[in-house]
Amino acid sequence: MKAKVIVMPKRSILDPQGVAVRDAMRHHGLPGAQSARVGKMIELEVGGATEAQLHEIARDLLSNPVVEDYELVIEK
Amino acid sequence: MKAAVIRFPGSNCDQDCHLVLKEFGFATDYVWHKEDSVAGYDLIVLPGGFSYGDYLRCGAIARFSPVMKSVIEQAKRGVLVMGICNGFQILCESGLLPGALIRNRDLHFICEHVRLRVDNTSNPFLSAAQVGQVLNVPIAHGEGSYTADAATLASLNAEGRVLVRYCDINGKTGDATNPNGALENIAGICNATRNVFGLMPHPERACDAHLGSTDGRVFFQSILATLGKAQAA
Repeated sequence: MKAKVIVMPKRSILDPQGVAVRDAMRHHGLPGAQSARVGKMIELEVGGATEAQLHEIARDLLSNPVVEDYELVIEK
Repeated sequence: MKAAVIRFPGSNCDQDCHLVLKEFGFATDYVWHKEDSVAGYDLIVLPGGFSYGDYLRCGAIARFSPVMKSVIEQAKRGVLVMGICNGFQILCESGLLPGALIRNRDLHFICEHVRLRVDNTSNPFLSAAQVGQVLNVPIAHGEGSYTADAATLASLNAEGRVLVRYCDINGKTGDATNPNGALENIAGICNATRNVFGLMPHPERACDAHLGSTDGRVFFQSILATLGKAQAA
């Protein structure tokens, strides 16, 4: 099974990388840049796993629920 | 007194911790992260460094090391556990301490001496200090900004579990004396049973006058005093 896990900092958490990217966009001639948020995407290839197991991995290992949200996209 | 310093691949403050603990009279062992038991120690130290290259998140992979199961067991039995810098991150990732440590506010890796105000001494790690005492201890981290949800923060404050905060030389906390953007200048916290302590600053690097400060010694003096009392009782 192929899957993608998208991990993003929670909205309530300050994302200093996102702020730096937004500021750089402004310096690059996009004064209207309002916000950027930096997360990560993890591509997985896993044999013999259930969707529930992948959610468990995404929640317990790939993201830290204290500061991040994840989205699991199963491709096939 | 017996102390264990856990070594993960990428730990780099393990020798400093070992040296200081030995100086304080602890029979100190290194314990490799693949060991499955860390039983029989009075104190377990998770040292600073970059365990597993900080891959994924700081401390995220170390948390699943074989030895961490045993560290968690020992912590639940009341053994003293101290996590310094990366060790603090591992304690948060493993759920022994609440909250998380995220990227510094200004994105920089900060390596400098800071001032810490002791906010609580009713714990094994600062029992020999005074409330309000200001300590000169270095920090060295890129991801040390402590964060937690409002309910966690409220209980940390209500239960006196914030042990040290970043401050100025007079003990005043605020944005100007907050090196990394940590919530309410939090530099170190303990768990509800007060035997697990994590902090971003490095007390082991402030135990020798040649290194610019000996203010870190009070942490180890406190631990020794606490364990000595427990043994005498």
